[in-house]
Amino acid sequence: MMLLRYLSQIGKYFLMWKEIFRKQTKWSVMKNLIFKEIDELIIDSLGIVAFISVFVGGVVAIQTALNLDNPLIPKNLIGYATRESVILEFSPTFISIVMAGKMGSFITSSIGSMRVTEQIDALEVMGINSLNYLVFPKLIAIILYPFVIGISMFLGVFGGYIATVYGGFGTSIDFINGVQSDFMPFHVTYAFIKTFIFGILLASVPSFHGYYMKGGALEVGKASTVAFVWTSVLIIFVNYLLTQLLLT
Amino acid sequence: MIEIKNIEKSFGDTKILKGVSTVFETGKTNLIIGQSGSGKTVLLKSLLGIHTPEVGTISFDGRIYSDLKSNEKRELRTEIGMLFQGGALFDSMTVSENVGFPLKMFTNDDKHKIQDRVDFVLKRVALVDAHHKLPSEISGGMQKRVAIARAIVNNPKYLFCDEPNSGLDPNTATLIDNLIREITEEYNITTVINTHDMNSVMEIGENILFLKNGVKTWEGTKEEIFRTDNKAVVDFVYSSNLFKKVREAYLKE
Repeated sequence: MMLLRYLSQIGKYFLMWKEIFRKQTKWSVMKNLIFKEIDELIIDSLGIVAFISVFVGGVVAIQTALNLDNPLIPKNLIGYATRESVILEFSPTFISIVMAGKMGSFITSSIGSMRVTEQIDALEVMGINSLNYLVFPKLIAIILYPFVIGISMFLGVFGGYIATVYGGFGTSIDFINGVQSDFMPFHVTYAFIKTFIFGILLASVPSFHGYYMKGGALEVGKASTVAFVWTSVLIIFVNYLLTQLLLT
Repeated sequence: MIEIKNIEKSFGDTKILKGVSTVFETGKTNLIIGQSGSGKTVLLKSLLGIHTPEVGTISFDGRIYSDLKSNEKRELRTEIGMLFQGGALFDSMTVSENVGFPLKMFTNDDKHKIQDRVDFVLKRVALVDAHHKLPSEISGGMQKRVAIARAIVNNPKYLFCDEPNSGLDPNTATLIDNLIREITEEYNITTVINTHDMNSVMEIGENILFLKNGVKTWEGTKEEIFRTDNKAVVDFVYSSNLFKKVREAYLKE
C-alpha cells in the first residue's frame, strides 16, 4: 500500500514536469516573475552561503592541520585537502542540503499558502496554467544556483586560508601551494554537474510538495518538513549516483 | 445563460451530485443554497471546470463545456469572474496589481489603459484610497470588494461567488450583496452565488436552487420561498426564530 502511494507520488511528480511546460505564461509577466525569483532564491541565499562557507572552510583546514602529526607530510596538504573537500563535497552537497532547508521550505510554504488561501484556484479559474506561473520561474532562476556554489567554493577555500595562516597552522605560501597542487579541472566540472542537478531538485521537489498539499496552515508546515526531508534524501542519493558515474 | 442538464458527480463510491438540472438566467442573481455537504461547492466547482461531472452537460450560452477544445475552454474561462470565499487575493501584489492582473494576463493593453480600468472598477466598488495597499493591510470587507473588482475588471459574462458574505459583519454583508446585484444588472452578467446566508437569500435571491444530499429539492424566487411548504426548504431556511417570524409576518401581509 505504502509502495503504491510512493509510486503514485513519483508518477505525479513527473506529470507535474509535463504540466509546467504545457501552456506558457505571457513573457511580459513571466520576465518579472523570473527576476523576483532570482532575488528571493539566489540573491537572498548569498549571505548565509557566504557565512557557512567561510567558517566550514576554516574548520576543514584546522582539522586537517591538527591531524598532520607526521613531520614527513608536507604542510601544503592543508591547502590541498581544503580545496578537495570544499570543491568535491562541501560546496555542492552540504550547501545544497542547507539550501533544501532555506530555499526549499520557502518554496513549499509560499506555494502551499497559495493553495490554502485558494490563490492557485483563482489562477486556474482565470485560465492560467498555475504550475507554469508558479514553478517555471523558479526553475529558470535556479540556473544561477551554480554561481552561488562557485562563490561558496571560493569562500570555503578562503576561509581555510584565513584559518591556516592566522591560526598559525601553516604559512600562506604552503597553503597556496597546496591549493594549486595536483589540480584536476574535471573535479570542478563534476562539482558543477552535481550542483546543476541538485538545483533542479531544490526547485522542483519543494514546489511539488507545496502545490499538491491538502489541508490548512498546519499542513503547510508539515509539507515544508516533508519537502526538506525528501529533497535532502534525493540530494544524498543522487550525489552517490553521480559520484559513482563520474568519478570511478 | 448557463444550462445544467442532469449532472452527476462522484468522489470514490460517494455520489455527491445526483442528476441536477437547472437554468441560471442572464442578468439575474442565481443562488445555490443548502446545508453543508449538500453538494453546493461541488456544483459550483463543476461550473468552473475544476470538477468534471461523469454524467450530464453544462452549457454556457449554448457552448457545451465538455465538448469544447482546450483553447476554447481557456477562452471561456477568461469570460468568467470568480469571487472566492476568502477573496483569494494575491498576497504579494497591491490592491491595484491584484485588480489589474487579469488585464495584464489576457489583454495587450498598455499600463495606462490598464490603470484607467483598474481605477474605474475600484471606484465602482467604492474603494478609492486603497490602490497601493497590500491585501493584508485592508479589512475583510475591503478584501471582498477588491476581489469583486478583480472578478469584473475583464468584463466577464459569468460571475461566480462562493460564500461572498462569510466572515463579514451584517452591514458589510448587505453592502456586498447589493454590490453583486447592482453589478449583475448593470453589466447583464449571469451570476451564480453559493451561500447559506439567509439574509442574502432574502435580499438578492432572484432564482434560488435548493440542494439536499446532491439532489435539486426545490427551485424558486425569494417571494416563493416564503410561501413554499416544501419541508426540506422550510426546515433549512426557517430554522431560526427570526426567519420564522419574518415568514409569518410576510404570510399575514
